[in-house]
Amino acid sequence: MSKWSMVIDLDKCVACQACSIACRFENNTPVVAPDQAELGRSVRWNDVFPMPVNPTEEVGEYPHVKTQYMTRPCMHCENPPCIKVCPVGATFINEEGIVEQNYARCIGCRFCTIGCPYGVRYFNWFEPQWEAPLQEHLNPDRVEGKDVLEGPAVRPLGVVEKCTYCIHRLKKARAQAYAEGRDFRADEYVPACVQTCTGKARFFGDLDDPNSSVYQLSTNPRVFYLLEDAGTHPKTSYLKEG
Amino acid sequence: MLHVDSELKQKLIDPLFTPLNRGFKLSAGVLLALIAWGAFMYFRQIFLGLGVTGMGRPVYWSLYLVDFIFFIGISHAGTLISAILRVTGAEWRRPITRIAEAITTFALIVGSLQILIDMGRIDRLLFTFTFGRLQSPIMWDIISVTLYLLGSMTYLYLPLMADIAIIRDNLPEDVPAWRRKFYTILALGWTGTKEQWVRLEKAIAFMAVFIIPVAISVHSIISWIFATTLQPGWQSTVFGPYFVIGAIFSGIGALFIAMTAMRKILGLEKYIALKQYRNLGFIFITMNAIWFYFTFTETLGLVAGQQTYEMPILAVKLWGAFAPSFWLMIACMAVAFYILVVPLILKKQSDEERAFIFQPRFSQGTAIVAVVLAVLLFVPSILNASIPILTALWILLALDGFAFLMSVSQWFKANPVTSTVIASAFVVVGMWLERWNIIIPTVTHPMLVPYATYTPSLTEISIAVASMAGFIFMFLVFFKLFPAISIWELAEGRVLEEAQSKIVMPMPEANLTGVRRLKIK
Repeated sequence: MSKWSMVIDLDKCVACQACSIACRFENNTPVVAPDQAELGRSVRWNDVFPMPVNPTEEVGEYPHVKTQYMTRPCMHCENPPCIKVCPVGATFINEEGIVEQNYARCIGCRFCTIGCPYGVRYFNWFEPQWEAPLQEHLNPDRVEGKDVLEGPAVRPLGVVEKCTYCIHRLKKARAQAYAEGRDFRADEYVPACVQTCTGKARFFGDLDDPNSSVYQLSTNPRVFYLLEDAGTHPKTSYLKEG
Repeated sequence: MLHVDSELKQKLIDPLFTPLNRGFKLSAGVLLALIAWGAFMYFRQIFLGLGVTGMGRPVYWSLYLVDFIFFIGISHAGTLISAILRVTGAEWRRPITRIAEAITTFALIVGSLQILIDMGRIDRLLFTFTFGRLQSPIMWDIISVTLYLLGSMTYLYLPLMADIAIIRDNLPEDVPAWRRKFYTILALGWTGTKEQWVRLEKAIAFMAVFIIPVAISVHSIISWIFATTLQPGWQSTVFGPYFVIGAIFSGIGALFIAMTAMRKILGLEKYIALKQYRNLGFIFITMNAIWFYFTFTETLGLVAGQQTYEMPILAVKLWGAFAPSFWLMIACMAVAFYILVVPLILKKQSDEERAFIFQPRFSQGTAIVAVVLAVLLFVPSILNASIPILTALWILLALDGFAFLMSVSQWFKANPVTSTVIASAFVVVGMWLERWNIIIPTVTHPMLVPYATYTPSLTEISIAVASMAGFIFMFLVFFKLFPAISIWELAEGRVLEEAQSKIVMPMPEANLTGVRRLKIK
């Protein structure tokens, strides 16, 4: 069984936010007006922000100042605090380690958004909407079943959504391999943010495969995890800058 | 046919059948209008989405949750009076059990509504039954609050049944047919046979024991909803007892206000007497002291830890954006403590005997100083002072406030009922602020999301006001239909008292064998 994982090399990241944009178009995240963004209603499954997020003091003195940028998809924790608090099992971790979100099940209590220390979960405060040209170019992919609605499918009002490591791409790659009558290979699938990354800073693969890039990078001395002492065991890891 | 003595009938049963007076109609009208407006805003919210609130990322929970905790907290009044005081055999509880039980039921209804209002998908409410996960603290909450609501409704109804039968048998002649039918049905064929009384007592005794752990669990679980997350400031082991104590504390506050209102409106001074105020006041003071202890403990943990993500939350509470609500909360509780405690230890004196600081004219002086200081502090353009001077002014204001309280102490002593109600109002406001100070600073100061601010929107304020109005409205209607004091429990108390007065306790014998005595040489 695969264990999907992502490694982000901050040495290579140029904070261009291409991952954020790729994610937006891949996963149909709604666009909000500036006044709504002001209220914290913008949705960025893959966010790029300065670190520390809430600096208590200036880092360095002018002109020798330094800013570090962080790019943050879902951590897909091995011990996810969000799924523990969900009252209806709308969010769950699958056997491949991806933390999924079922829009058809979510009751909108927003306990998971409070439970997640990383802030990777977003809520649909209004019915999602796009301007006309965008509306016509939504990603038609969706993960659907009985009482199941996941992936880039346009979200209904009042449910929580989050990064899924582009789970629809995994399903599509699997279906393709099956149709061609061959075994699925782990390198047939990467999320949109990894595919688009300008600096090739993102690595994605199967952590259980000793030949995968993520496995080999996992022993790199520069590896660190966000909020490591929270005990969530993220599967998205970072390589320290410098 | 159940009989009731004429005085009780006149005080408790007759007012139920007087035509609705102007005050009742007016207040009911205003309350209904507020409720209707709140309901409209809520349906608008269902239609448009939770975006009509002031919430966003990271402020995922806000005013609805504050009100949820607040109202469920208020509901602990009934459990304390009817269950805990019953189990401990406190006879003075009898005249106020009904009001306390009503507070419990109505506050629970309003409180649980807040959670439903806060849900993004109310249409999926039943998923909690079909797909419910017992591992989630919200599930624990649903179970315990539902159990508590059903339990307290039963607890309200059980003692009421005998009273309804009393009303049914003592109806005035000209009562409309529907009311006759209403009481006949609700009395469930109660005739007051010995067996019925025995069963009722048994049922109430069982409910009393059953409901105490449920009530404790309800507010513990509410605190665990917060304490089981990784959010800074919430990961605290004192949260369970802190919330329960706060709940009982605010419950007594609400009870004091409600029982004084009933006492005043229905003229029940004879039944709800100073004894009730004094005894309940002692519990109130104790809760106040324990509340301070827990607040201190919780804050001390944060101060001593100095954790990266927790320190900013403490800082905004102590001197940042939430300092007004935090210090107002502390001030409310401190003032309430003073008002309750000082009359107990103060000697009754005439004006001439009093020390200078206890004289009424001193109170006028301190009030004027307070106004001047407040203007200086709240209009910053007047005084472009540095922080040390401003701090000094704040300390001066606090000292002046204390001096003012001292000068009006004799008034508090002379008016125990009014001063208790004032203290209760301070406590209820303080407890609401406490809930606010627990939730909002943490959700606005998360770990990996930029800090945010939160201002409630018109929708949230309307629904909060409507909830309060709904709470009061339920009171109004309930006590127009049912007596404010449990008639049979009062009668039972009298019978017990009479029986006890006939028992002559023998004096302890001087030379009991086997009893050790302390010998003083």
